[in-house]
Amino acid sequence: MTRTASRRTVLAAALTAALSISLTTPALAKETVKLGFIGPLTGGVSNMGLGGRNSAELAVDLRNKDENAKYAYELVPLDDECKPNVGVQVATKLATNRDVAGAVTHYCSAVAMGTVDIYHKFNLPIIVWGAVLPDITYGNEYAEVHRVNGTMINQNEVAADFMVAQGYKSWAIIHDTTDYGKGHNTYFTKFLTEKGGKILGTFGVTSDQQDFTAELTKIKELNPDVVYFAGLTPLAVRIRQQMDKLGIEAEFQGVSGMKSDAYFAGLSGDLAEGTVTFLEGAPAAKLPGGAYFMSEYDKAGFGENYEAYGPFAFAAMNLLIDAVEKVGPDRKAVTKYLADVKDHESITGPISFDDHGQNTVALITKYVAQDGKWVVWEDSEYASGKRQLKHK
Amino acid sequence: MDIGLLGQYLANGVMLGTMYALVAVGFTLFFGVLDVIKFSHGDVLMIGAFTGFTTYLGIVAIGIENPWVALVAVLVVSIATTAALGALIARYLVLPLKSAPPLNILLITLMLGTALREGVRLFYPDGSNPKAFPALLPTASLELGSFSLRADSVILVSAGIAVIIGLNLLINRTRLGLAIRAVAQDEETAKIMGINYTMIVLVTFAIGSGAAAFAGIMNGLYYNEVNFGMGLLLGLIGFSAAIIGGLGNIYGAILGGFLFAGLQTVGAVALPFASAYKDVFAFGVVIALMAWKPTGLIAERSSDRV
Repeated sequence: MTRTASRRTVLAAALTAALSISLTTPALAKETVKLGFIGPLTGGVSNMGLGGRNSAELAVDLRNKDENAKYAYELVPLDDECKPNVGVQVATKLATNRDVAGAVTHYCSAVAMGTVDIYHKFNLPIIVWGAVLPDITYGNEYAEVHRVNGTMINQNEVAADFMVAQGYKSWAIIHDTTDYGKGHNTYFTKFLTEKGGKILGTFGVTSDQQDFTAELTKIKELNPDVVYFAGLTPLAVRIRQQMDKLGIEAEFQGVSGMKSDAYFAGLSGDLAEGTVTFLEGAPAAKLPGGAYFMSEYDKAGFGENYEAYGPFAFAAMNLLIDAVEKVGPDRKAVTKYLADVKDHESITGPISFDDHGQNTVALITKYVAQDGKWVVWEDSEYASGKRQLKHK
Repeated sequence: MDIGLLGQYLANGVMLGTMYALVAVGFTLFFGVLDVIKFSHGDVLMIGAFTGFTTYLGIVAIGIENPWVALVAVLVVSIATTAALGALIARYLVLPLKSAPPLNILLITLMLGTALREGVRLFYPDGSNPKAFPALLPTASLELGSFSLRADSVILVSAGIAVIIGLNLLINRTRLGLAIRAVAQDEETAKIMGINYTMIVLVTFAIGSGAAAFAGIMNGLYYNEVNFGMGLLLGLIGFSAAIIGGLGNIYGAILGGFLFAGLQTVGAVALPFASAYKDVFAFGVVIALMAWKPTGLIAERSSDRV
């Protein structure tokens, strides 16, 4: 037993020596560390997932090119389809693979809620890159779970403030009945009522519902200033489309889950124009390391856009790699390292985790749909007064 | 509630009801002729919608801009392809299993539906994402107080109802319909009377699948979106509609379709609890109705045969 082992080591050493002499590439001598990525790579929000995956891949590739890196990194990307049942399967697959030292996971809150228990059970340190439900970090005491992006608490406070300041008085709320939609509904309702906004009606819808005419006709009767939708892009497209069919003239307000270019691809004509939404963080161009990220992303030549949460996926993967560089590919050591992250430099700004592993950044950006693009509110023609949001 | 809104609910319900009825008619035709339940019906509908969508892309690619030409091409290609698919399913999956227990046919079509659905998801370019179906109909709308009626909705509902009436006439007034009814009533006797049994079965499946393709296109035009999973719930609703109406009876299917749409609308609007439960409510009522009238509201005329 020992003899075979030692013989193998000698052989491996000889091979490595021979290879490094013949190829003179030091990278080959490095130990390979596997890091996971989970996001929706197919399905209605796959553009978000693919953007996140590409960004995580970029972080890995850039580090692999760095000669000072102690390890060679390999990305293991898995698809959760934004479905909790599939998410649990792939999370288990990842967590039970002992070669994986850590992972950057989940865009969909409903999926993340189902998988955090698995990461805890198998001691796999993870950093959430896109899901915004507060309970993912605050609903448990798991040391393994961290998050670089902000939560929907911050997002809805800013949203309520902003919309009230625009002079709107009454709202109708449509939310999908996943944890994501329900969470947004809870926080938005809370902040809006505090600030004096009036909610005329709240409608829960299933996350694959096709027909909203019944709910929307009821909303038409209630006649609110604003229709607030908490859910993801595919439903947002259908609701906006059907609002127009029923002749509802209210302003359409969304949440982070629909800040995607697919919103414009799915809508015909200029229906998207003037929709407002909110997102944690800031657009890539306005981030401290944004210019660097965007130029590297362009250079890598990915087929898809990095989308809203790409920079977070990049920052999360970078932080994870930094941890492995520091303490080695050991799950418990990485978890311990992440617990003490404070003012860690990243392209999204300094990252500091609180005792629940939540990044304390509360930067929220407001967006408005203008000419088929999401434009930062302050830079838009709506803010300058050239165009007007819908007021009845 | 003012009268305009009531009209709006009614218009929404009629639109949904027409779509459900078109799907339910297919289930009823298949059951009437062969006593089989074809669970892949909803996914055949989805194939119809995707064929239509692909045809539209092709039409645009060769430079034809006229929406009416595009619409006709979309309808013709989609209905023809889907009808052929329906006949193929009948010939190679359903007929060979005719003497097997009915459960086998149910199972094989259930699996076929999953295969079709996953096939589109995996092999259609970017198939897992929803596709923006073009608005080919005029979108002018008529505003009467709080009631807004759009030209495209009116055209869709009229076309849908025309198709249902056409199917009804076809079944009840033509020689082909007579043959279909003869096969439905007694296969052996129909054969003795010189009716080409296999041909009639294939034609019936083609007709039912064509109607599903029409419903798929209608769905795409109305919601301006198609996706690979659209047939799942529509198939289930169409099936339930056919059952509450009375399987095997075309009027029952129509009644069931509109009834189900009405239940959903009532569930979303008039009930005190959250609208998320509208499907629970609608299916709950269906269960109650089935307990009350196990053979459906309008029973198949020959259901007492032995």
